[in-house]
Parts: sequence; C-alpha cells; structure tokens
Amino acid sequence: MPNHPVPVPSSVLAALKNKTIHLSAAKMIHSLFLVNASGDIFLEKHWKSVVSRSVCDYFFEALERATEPENVPPVIPTPHHYLINVLRHRIYFVAVIQSEVPPLFVIEFLHRVVDTFQDYFGVCTEAAIKDNVVVVYELLEEMLDNGFPLATESNILKELIKPPTILRTVVNTITGSTNVGEQLPTGQLSVVPWRRTGVKYTNNEAYFDVIEEIDAIIDKSGSTITAEIQGVIDACVKLTGMPDLTLSFMNPRLLDDVSFHPCVRFKRWEAERILSFIPPDGNFRLLSYHVSSQNLVAIPVYVKHNISFREGSSQGRFELTLGPKQTMGKAVESVLVSSQLPRGVLNANLNPSQGTYTFDPVTKLLSWDVGKINPQKLPSLKGSMSLQAGASKPDENPTINIQFKIQQLAISGLKVNRLDMYGEKYKPFKGIKYMTKAGKFQVRT
Amino acid sequence: MRAPPALSASAPRNGSRDSVSGALRRSASSSSTAAAAAEMSASSAFIDEKGGSASEPEYGHDPASGGIFSTDYKRHDDLKEMLDSNKDSLKLEAMKRIVAMIARGKNASDLFPAVVKNVACKNIEVKKLVYVYLVRYAEEQQDLALLSISTFQRGLKDPNQLIRASALRVLSSIRVTIIVPIMMLAIKEAASDMSPYVRKTAAHAIPKLHSLDPEQKDQLIEVIEKLLADKTTLVAGSVVMAFEEVCPDRIDLIHKNYRKLCNLLIDVEEWGQVVIINMLTRYARTQFLNPNINESLLEESSEKAFYASDDEEDEDKKAEAATLAKRKPYVMDPDHRLLLRNTKPLLQSRNAAVVMAVAQLYFHLAPKAEVGIIAKALVRLMRSHSEVQYVVLQNVATMTIKRRGMFEPYLKSFYIRSTDPTQIKILKLEVLTNLANETNISTILREFQTYIKSMDKDFVAASIQAIGRCATNIGEVRDTCLNGLVQLLSNRDELVVAESVVVIKKLLQMQPEQHSDIIKHMAKLIDNIQVPMARASILWLIGEYCEHVPKIAPDVLRNMAKTFTNEEDIVKLQIINLAAKLYLTNSKQTKLLTQYVLNLAKYDQNYDIRDRARFIRQLIVPTDKSGALSKYAKKLFLALKPAPVLQSTFKDRDHFQLGSLSHLLNAKAAGYQELPDWPESVPDPSVRNVEVIRLLERVTTLTSIPDWSKCTSRKDRKEKKTEKPFYSDSEGESGPTESADSESDSGSGSESASASDESGSGSESEESREETESEDEEEDEEKEKKRKKRLDKTKAKKPAEESAESEQSSGTEDRKRGRKAVKNQKSASESESESESSESEDESEEESEEESESDTDIRKKKTPISKQPPKQSKKESKKERQEMSLLDLDDFEPAPASAPVTPVNFLSSSLVSDLEGLSLTNNILAPTTIAPSGSIKMYELLHRITGEGLAVEYCFSRQPFSPDPNMVAVQIQFTNNTNSETKNLHIEEPRLQSGMRIREFTEIDVLAAGESVTVVMGIDFCDSTQAANFQLCTHTRKFFVSIQPPVGELMTPVFLTENDFKKEQGKLMGMNEISEKLMLGEKCVNEHVIVERVTATANLSRVPCGSEKECRFAGKTVSSGCLVLVTVPTKEGGAAQLTVNCEKMLIGTLLVKDIMQALSQ
Repeated sequence: MPNHPVPVPSSVLAALKNKTIHLSAAKMIHSLFLVNASGDIFLEKHWKSVVSRSVCDYFFEALERATEPENVPPVIPTPHHYLINVLRHRIYFVAVIQSEVPPLFVIEFLHRVVDTFQDYFGVCTEAAIKDNVVVVYELLEEMLDNGFPLATESNILKELIKPPTILRTVVNTITGSTNVGEQLPTGQLSVVPWRRTGVKYTNNEAYFDVIEEIDAIIDKSGSTITAEIQGVIDACVKLTGMPDLTLSFMNPRLLDDVSFHPCVRFKRWEAERILSFIPPDGNFRLLSYHVSSQNLVAIPVYVKHNISFREGSSQGRFELTLGPKQTMGKAVESVLVSSQLPRGVLNANLNPSQGTYTFDPVTKLLSWDVGKINPQKLPSLKGSMSLQAGASKPDENPTINIQFKIQQLAISGLKVNRLDMYGEKYKPFKGIKYMTKAGKFQVRT
Repeated sequence: MRAPPALSASAPRNGSRDSVSGALRRSASSSSTAAAAAEMSASSAFIDEKGGSASEPEYGHDPASGGIFSTDYKRHDDLKEMLDSNKDSLKLEAMKRIVAMIARGKNASDLFPAVVKNVACKNIEVKKLVYVYLVRYAEEQQDLALLSISTFQRGLKDPNQLIRASALRVLSSIRVTIIVPIMMLAIKEAASDMSPYVRKTAAHAIPKLHSLDPEQKDQLIEVIEKLLADKTTLVAGSVVMAFEEVCPDRIDLIHKNYRKLCNLLIDVEEWGQVVIINMLTRYARTQFLNPNINESLLEESSEKAFYASDDEEDEDKKAEAATLAKRKPYVMDPDHRLLLRNTKPLLQSRNAAVVMAVAQLYFHLAPKAEVGIIAKALVRLMRSHSEVQYVVLQNVATMTIKRRGMFEPYLKSFYIRSTDPTQIKILKLEVLTNLANETNISTILREFQTYIKSMDKDFVAASIQAIGRCATNIGEVRDTCLNGLVQLLSNRDELVVAESVVVIKKLLQMQPEQHSDIIKHMAKLIDNIQVPMARASILWLIGEYCEHVPKIAPDVLRNMAKTFTNEEDIVKLQIINLAAKLYLTNSKQTKLLTQYVLNLAKYDQNYDIRDRARFIRQLIVPTDKSGALSKYAKKLFLALKPAPVLQSTFKDRDHFQLGSLSHLLNAKAAGYQELPDWPESVPDPSVRNVEVIRLLERVTTLTSIPDWSKCTSRKDRKEKKTEKPFYSDSEGESGPTESADSESDSGSGSESASASDESGSGSESEESREETESEDEEEDEEKEKKRKKRLDKTKAKKPAEESAESEQSSGTEDRKRGRKAVKNQKSASESESESESSESEDESEEESEEESESDTDIRKKKTPISKQPPKQSKKESKKERQEMSLLDLDDFEPAPASAPVTPVNFLSSSLVSDLEGLSLTNNILAPTTIAPSGSIKMYELLHRITGEGLAVEYCFSRQPFSPDPNMVAVQIQFTNNTNSETKNLHIEEPRLQSGMRIREFTEIDVLAAGESVTVVMGIDFCDSTQAANFQLCTHTRKFFVSIQPPVGELMTPVFLTENDFKKEQGKLMGMNEISEKLMLGEKCVNEHVIVERVTATANLSRVPCGSEKECRFAGKTVSSGCLVLVTVPTKEGGAAQLTVNCEKMLIGTLLVKDIMQALSQ
C-alpha cells in the first residue's frame, strides 16, 4: 500500500490533502490476481484499495525457485503483504492479504472460487475466464465484501448472477441484458440457506453416485504397505419444491470418518446413522467418507514388474504385467499406468500387448494406456530402455502409478439401503450408481 | 504479462523493487488525479503506458477486450457516447467493456464523469456495473464521487432490501473521508434494519468505516454491541468479524452473547464459523481455567517439594498449598464444556478452514484426554488439495511434538508417495520423525530406506537428516542408523554422500570412541567428496578425534595443505582448525605443516580466514609475547564439546495460535492477536448469565415487528428441527454433573427422536401448533413459570430411592389423568414435545410406541442431581428458558450446563415429598410403561458401622457419563449419620486392572450431620466385571472400597429397527451367539414382565418386533461399543429360549446367566 517513503509530487499532495492514509490492519482478502502458466497476470480484482501488481513479483520469484509448478509455497511473505496462492487448472490464484488471517480460510475460499467458475463455465481455463470476464467480475464482487466472504453457495450465486448458457448469450446480445439477477435471492432469508426457493421440474429425479477411491502403496514384493478407501457421494438432485430426503445405508458402520455438506443434519447422523437433508438444487457433494481402517482393503489389481539396469551396460530391461486381483467379478477398466523413469534413461523401446504407450524423453515420463484388463490375456509391456552411454546405472527405483475404474462396485461394500422423500407429494425418480477408482495407487519397485 | 516493461527492465533484482514500483505507481496515480482536473488525453496516454498495454497479448475473440481501445484513445470517446445515450443496452455494453478493462488492470479513470452519471440509472444491471466502477475509482476522484452519494442515500431508504443492502455496500466501500458522517449514520440505521441481510451488510461496513476513520471507533463499538445481540445466524459471523477488526480486546462485549454464539454456531455459514471459533478460543483462554491444570500442578508441586528441602518456611507452605490444590479436582466451567461440545460436530465440516479452526480450539482449550478426537479430522484433510495439505501438515507437525500419541494411530497416513510435491514430502517426513518412538521406529526406518532411493534429491537429503534425528532421539537404533548412513557414503550421488557425512558427524559426536573405523572411512572419502559442507565436516571430525586416528590425521592435513588455496571458505577454516588441533597433540609431525597452512591463510582474500589464522597462531605457537592464554590452548581447542541436539524446527511453535498465519510463518504477522495465557483464578462466571429483563424486552420487540419475528421464528423452527437430534445426542453426553436444565433438554431431545421418525406431515402440524401457541401462551406464562420451577426442582432434588418408590406406588391411570390436566399449562416447547409423544401414543403404530417407551425408561431412570444451583440464578435461568420457549427460540436455550455448580442442599425433605406427586407427571408420558420398576438397585459401598457413621451406597444410574462416554456412570450417595460434619470427601489411590480408568467425582467439601448428598463418578470397566478398587477419604479417615459391576450395567441401550437388528444379528453368528433354553418363572406370564425383567438385569433397550411371542433387546458395551443383542422367543407352557449375540463372548456368557436367572424366578 502507498506507505513507502517516496517523493510525492505537490499536485498529488494537494489532491490528497483532505484524505488521511490509514495503515490500520485491513483483514482478509485484499486483492486477487490470476496468473497463467506462462506467468502473465490476466485478471486482477481489488476489494479494498488497489494493490499494484508489482506485488506479484515476489510470487514470480518463488515460481522461478520452485522446480515444479506445484512446489510454489502456498504462503509467501513480502515486506508489506502476504501472498496466498493456489494452483488449479494451471492457473495460479494469488490472493493478497495484509494481516493475520487463517491461511486455510483463504485457501479454501480460493478453491471455492475455482469451483464456482467451474460450475458456471463448465471449465476453469484462462480462455473461459477471459470470455466471461464480466460474469467473473460480478461473481467475485458477490463472493467477497470488503474481503470477507459474503455469498459462496452456488445456489445463491446462481440466483444473483445467472450462469451463461448459449441460449442466454444469444438472448443477452439481442435484448442487451446481462446475467445479473433482478431480485435478492430468497435463499439469503429462507430457512434453507443453500437451497433456492421456487424450484420446479417436470421430471423429478435424484441421482446419487457413490464413488470410492483406493489409495495404496504396494511395495516391491507386492505386499500392501498402506491402503485405505476414501469415498464420496455426489448427488444430482432435481426435485420440485422443498423436498426433505433421508438416505440410509445397509452398513453405516463401515464409515469411519465423514464430512458433510452443510445441508446434512449432523445430529440425526450421530443418533441414527441416517443422512437427513434438504438438498441444494443441482449438483453437490453430499458426503465424503473414509472407510474404517480395520477393514482390510481389497486390492483390485496386481503388478508384476522387472525393471533393471545392468552395471556397465547402456541397456536396461523393462517388463510389466498387470492382472486383476480382488475385483468381485467386475471388469477393471480405463487402466492407465504411468511411471517416472530415472533421469539416466534416454529412450525406451517397448512392446505393449494391448493399448498404447508413450515415453517423453524430456520429462522421462512413461505412460501406458492399457484400457480394459482381460483376465484371460493379461496386458503386458516389455522391452528395453537405453541409457546414456558411459553413465553408471541409476540408483533410483521408479514407482509405478496406476489408475483404473471399476463400474458398479463400491469396493468397501458400502450399500445404500433406501432413499425416502418427505415434504412433497410427487414420486421422484431415484438412482444410485457405484464406482470404484484408483486414488493415489502406487507400486514401488 | 509479468510486470510493466519499464519496471522489469529497470527494477533491480533485490529489495528496493517495492519502493521503486511504489514510486511509479504513485506518480501514475498522482497524474491521474491531477488529470481529472486538467487535460485528460495526455494523462490517459501515460496511464495506458503504465498499464503496459503495449506488451499485453491481445485476445481478439474477446468481444469485451479492451485491447483495441487502449491503442486507440478515441474509442474512449465512443464509450462516453454510449454511456450518454438513452438506450440501456448501449450503456450496458459500454459498462461491460469498462469492467473488462478494469479486470485486466487497465486504467479507466478518465471515464469517471461519464460513468458516475449513470449511478441513478433505472436498469439494475447497469447500476451494478456502475457500482463496481465506483468502488474502484471513487478514491481517486473524490469530488466527482460525491455526486453519487445522494443516490445511495436514497437507496438506503428503498423498500427493497436488496437495494438497501447494496447501497450501503457501495457507500461504505467508497473510501472518501468527507462522507464519514453519512456512512456512520447509514450504518447505525442499517444495524436496526428489519432485514437480517441488511444488518449483515451493516456489520460488513463497520470495518470499512473503521479503517477509513479510526476516530469513529467508539460509535462503531456501540453498533457492534448492538449487532452482537442479534439472533440471526446470518449476522453472527459478520459482526464477530467486525468485532475482531475494530475492538478485539473488548472481550467484555462477548460475555452476554457467549452462550448464544455457542448455540448458534452450527447454523452459521462456514466463513463465519471460522471467525467465531477463533474469537471464542481467545475468549475461553481469558475466562476459563486450564483444564490440564492438575497435570501442570503435579509438575510444579514436585518442583516445590524439591525446593522445600531448603527448610524455608514459606516455601514449605507453598508446597503444601500446591498439594492441596492438586487434590482438589478441577471442575470444568459448564460454559467451557458448552464450547467444546458445540464445536465438536464442526469437525465434520466440508470446509477445511472450519475443521482447522475446531482443531486448534481443541488443541488450545480441551483437556488432554479429549484432544485426540481432532486427529482423525485433520488426517482426513490430507486428502484435500495440496495447499490445504501443506497448511495442515505444518500444524500437525507442531501438534505431534506436544502430543505425539494423538497421531500415532495414523502413522501410515503420513507415508510419502513419489507423486507428492517436495514441500509436502518434507513436511510429512517431519511428522513421521516426530512420531517415531521405540515401538514404531523399525517400520519408519524401513520406510525411510525407500525414500533414500527417491529421484527427488532435496527429499533424499531431508530423509537422511530425518534418519539422523531418529538416531539421536531413540538410542536403540543409533547404531543401526549409523551403519545405514555409512553405507550411504558409497552412494553414487554426491549430495547423498555429503548429507550423510554431515549427519554422521553429528551422530559420532555422541559416542566418538566407539567409531574410529567410521572416522577412518570418512577420512578416505575426503578425496572424492566435493561438497564443501561435507568436506568441512570430515575435517572437523578428524581434528576433533585425532587421537582416535593418530596415523591418518597428519596425512589428511598434508593433503589439504596442498589444495588449501582452492578450497571454499568453510573448508579453509576447518583446515586451520585441524592444523591447530594437530599441532597441539602431535606437534612433532605437524609443526611445519601447520605453519605452512597458517602462512597460506595469512594472505587469504577472506578476512575471516586471515583473522582466524592470526588468532590461532598467537594462541598455539608459544612466543615471548604470547599471553597467558597460550597455556590453556589445549584446553580451549580440545575441550569436550556437547553433541548437537537435533530438534524439530516446529518445536515450541505452538506459542502461536495454531492455524494462524503467524504459526505458519513462525513469525508474528501484522494484526496477530496473541493467545492469552490461562488465568490463575477463575474469572466471575456469572458475567455470562443473561439478564431476564433485557430478554423480556427483546421478546416484546420481537413480537412487535411482525415480519421479522415471523422470519426468525420460521428460521428457528428449522433450526430446531436440526437441533433436536443433537440434544438426543447431547443427552448422551450431558452428564450427571450438569444441572436441572440438562434434564429438560434431554427430555425434549429423546422425544424428538420419535418425532423425527414421523414423516413430513408431522412436522407440518407441529408448525401450525407452534404458531397458535406463541399467541395463547402469554397469559399462562406466570402460572407456568411457577409450575415449571417446582417441577424442575423436584426432578432435580428427589433422591433415587424415592423416585423408585414413588413410581411403584401410585397408579398409572391416575397419573395419566393428572398429566392430561396439566398438559395445557406446560411451556410451549414442553407441551409441544409432549403432545408429540401423546400423538405417538394414540397411533397404535408399534414402532413409535416402542420409542416412547424407551424414552420414558430413560426419563424414569433419570437420577437426582447432586449439585444444585443457588436458587436465584436458577430461577433466572428457568425464567429465561421460559421466555425463550414462548417464541421457540431454541437456539437460545441456556446451555444445559450453564447453571453454576455448587453442591447445596436447600430443600427440606418434607418439601421433597410434597413435590413428589408433581414430579411423577413427568414420568407417565406413556401409559404402557413397562419400565423396570425399582430397576435401580442400590448397592452398599460402605456400611455405616464400618464407615463410622458415614454410609455410602451406590447404584448404576444408567445415564451416559458426559465427561467420557466410554465410562459407566456410578451414582454414589453419601449419608452422614454422625453428629458432626464430614469434610473433604474424595477418592484416592484407585487400584485398577490395566486399561480401567476412573473419573472421580468433585470433592465434597462439607457434608453436614444428618445430611446426604449424591454424586456421580465415571468408571471405565473395559467391558469386564472386574472390580474397581479405590480409597474413599474423608478429612479424617480412609476406607478401602470396591465397586463391581453386574454385567448388565456395562452396556447402554441402542436403538435399532427390526431390520437393523436382524442384520446385525446375522453378523454375530457362530462363536458370538450363545443360546440357552429355559423355563419361565411363574410370574413371567406376559411379554411385559419379560421386558421388565430383562431391562432390569441389563441396560438394554427394546427393539420392535412383529410377533408377540418374541422380545428383542439391543445395547452396546460402554467401553468398546460392541453390540449386544438379546432375543427371547417364548413358547407354549412357559418354555422359552434365550439368545445373546455379542462379539465379546465373556460378556455374552455372563449376560445369559444373569438373564436366565431373572427370567426363571
């Protein structure tokens, strides 16, 4: 802020003479800069007085120091400000703050901003933000007042500022209207702050996706070092009026640690292990959970690997075979294997039994798009790697990261028992889908 | 575009950049301000240059792109024309373009006059964008901005709350000093606006005005005080924010609102929650006692005792006082408990900031035993975005130093993946190192071994250091670690080797004599290692331990002397050191070498090295001029040096409030509020009591403003709906130590469980009822109040025995009638809840009946409360509650634990019996009661003869024990049959089986002659029937006593549906199922008797069942929460079968035996 000892021209002094400059601590988020992957500031928004974009130089310095984009420290102190940044979709969201504030408060808010953009524009890319710069500005204006969050619920925001759709863009250009809502969102005053009122659908439907991710570290010999299941229930609820839903599980005791959307009545859960809630309109994450660690985690795939370098030779051997393990009879699909090979590897000459593989000689990243695993004919990737001539054999062992999907299976065995609706007369269409995915699934070699 | 080109070219790469850019910015803005008065075109040219448009990449497809305009100034005229036109669409288009310019950081200030005219535009969309513009540029163009003020003033009076709010928002965002009085007025007015949304905006405006003109502080504090009293959740977060910014030290403003804030908390929006929790953490630190005070006293007193040996009298006294204080158990302020209890559910929030806020609150405020619950939630956050992980890990690292045990079970969650960003890896490593202890070190070391092979070299270096720290902290593995590190010395990567050398050096310092071969090995390495720090470390080692390597040391020095001139400075310094040390120990071989090295150093470029050489030469080479010091040269150089302590950088970071920016940076950030130390003595807790009169006023004002009271009442109704199950939960926690209020709470709570089972239609009728009630009820107010008071007193006073007797005595029918008569007079909330249950009575639905049955069971078993609040305050709180219930302001419920706790017996026994009849009305909610009459069996703990007049009896109250849900509540009744007072009744020296724990009752200071008093203690029996032994002490005597629980008391009821029951039973087959055939006793004629007998034997609840011929019960063990399921199907002729399913076979067996006995009698 303008508190540097800088000579000020007399004309300015005249203009400022009836204005006192206070250095009183201004709280929370002061300004926001959006920086793209190539290091350009492409949007700035100030909620209090203007902070020069040169403050971002400290951020750029940190960016240069960091070897990887994600290694920029989330909090960067500068002489007069603190910069708190998050990296999403290859855009850095850099918030400028001036005084003590819980860092997670700012980080969480920035992520919420990104989520909102994604919700509005489908994607959160530089192009999308630039295309919708006015909407973005309106959103930011509504989300923060004087640096303190005002409205962050997407249901409320959507009433204040209509999301752009192709149709509305056309209408807007013809009628010359914008996306700003005419009315104060009723939600601000309604009993249910996260749900807008007056929702109407001709087809009333409620879909719930139970998605579980397996995080695991498998060691060299194939034994599990750590494995846990994290799950979420994402909902897409399009129901008329003010429905009050309850969702119960066959085996709620599986859930060890849960976090809820604010709509879930916590006490009901504590007492009866039933999710009772008035849902927001549209898409939202109802619940995230962690499956208790006492339960053994079924590992759906195994990897046989032989990655070796011989001393003195400029060749290395690479062999990888995947197979299904505990899949409850379901097919393992969308399998993608990736591995960061040692720096010494110049190139890889491999032969996949199915799917395609790529090796980037610059980043040394090997990735193999396997597709579906056929238990009769296990997919394999074999071949040789060429090393730098004369270089000694690399010490490091590459780890293998695996992604996969299993449809119609919640690997923890979690099952939704029933979904009931109260408060409305009609009969909604209900759907539950299960899916298991690999989370951070790593095999050490 | 990284920075304006002028900047990036001219700004130096260090330090002064900020001021340079500041200067640029200043001059830019100055010229723009001046430009407003002078010619515009010239300045805009300058400004655009400053905006850096020339270097800005253009994006052609963007229709709103300002790229075209910035290069062509005439286009600004276009914009002006558009803004001046009559068409809203043109204005809108222009404003959109202008906003796009602002968004990209371009200066649009020259358009100010054209834009400001449109502030009065009817089109709300144009208006909004104009607001955006105004907020951005008003500061620079103050005179012109003033033109718009009148529009906002008009807006503040608008009937639409949206317009009022946004007018206030923009008005307060215009940072122009001249309008301060207008802003002040607007804020004051908005603070009493009907719309909570506008009041929220007013709260937001307060800090804005304060930063504009701090002289307004006093007036603003008044507004804050007013808004703090606001009851809507919408306002709460924002006003606390304003409080934190304007007057964070005015803690006195919080007192009256403390309980309300605690109770509202769960319904406040997420961001407000964070702010409120942080504020309340500070508040609690100033108002409550340290819950871990006993622990710290223990340390202190032992220290004192040590000093007492100096036979100083007053020291002795102090020690005595300390031990006295130690013996007096700490009682948590109910308000403190309220805060902990109401924040706990927020650990389940989806918002990481909220979770972190609660975690830090627990870390700073909770008793040691309860802090553990935050670990799971924090570990969950580790799944979140990497920035969140980063912050959480920093805090976890600090916590693990203070309370390692908390995170030990989650060790594996901190294992490192190759895909983690380096900064996350290093923090995880820190946590793993902090968590390492004797038991888990082998797994951790195995994990570290894989880390050393990582490709991320920074991470490898950190891993090696971590191994070093483990080795210093855990003696058992020191040799293993050292060997591992020595093997690393042959690693191909030089950085790895260097890091290992440095760590080995530190480890060797601990026990050098055993490791001369390692030193030799390292001496050989010096030719190959190039990293200066590692070379320096090796040289230091050789010099320090040259006696262990007498042959190699001179040779190393010889080699180093050769390369001296090419070495780095730190290496040179160590060469000089080595030379000096060798000269002192082995001058024969090294004298010349040393002189050579010193000569080289004498002419070194670095003055540090020259100084060092000069200094050392004087010290070690004896000359006639050298002073007395040279005699001690050997002592100076070869003194035993203490080994370095490798400790975490996170040590003692917890003096910063966790979760704060200052904690993260380990430096005080601007505006950081220190976390105060706990007070020495309790500040007056009554400051938080809310006066009744004020509340009454509030209630009337509420009702006099029709539309907002309506809105709040609707809000509250909703809140209540969510609240209800909470109380049924809080019943589980609300303990015997809590006062009468908690009973009424839990009462309504358990009903709500049944209420919530009814579908939406039920809640609708509830709503309509409430509305009528709030009108009707006022007249009956006085009567009710009195009744209620008496009711509560009896409920509270009546000792257990009496209640049991009276239950048996009077007929059910009579009671039912009596109850119906009084029903209408009950307070709103109570009658509501009662009619709820009466509804469920009427409905012959079996399920609801069952539920209400179990409810009454619970209520019946409600036991007398030992501690009575003084009459006065109790009346107050009762009254207050009354007022509240009129309007259904459930959130205003005085904390269940709010009444002061002082054990006073003020009701004579005759009054108790007088009130007996009344209290019974409470117990007859369900006429079909089949609760075990007299189920509360008293056991003798101390006979009055052995106890020398003190008789002690105990019973299992079957209440959840609030301080620790895993404990069985044991209610103890002391009766003093002597003629004198008994003092200081308390427990000492519990002797328990491993795993068992005792939570003692609060010490009873005085028990007058002939009086009796009841207290509750908690015992964790670990699900075994082993006796808990302890000493019961009075001021004169100690008695050895023991409490052995019947197996049936080791469980608490669980409510299951029929389906759940079957499902759970299906899981507990085989070994876990015990089945016995039996003949029912003569009196077991019907179902009711069976239920009665079983529930009397074991603390189980009944599970609904389709057939009459079968009774089912469910419960879970108190300690470990294993399910206990009991089924009793009856057959013709008194035959029956008893099946118990329980994971704990021992419990199952014992339970079968007990129930068999009960049923066959």
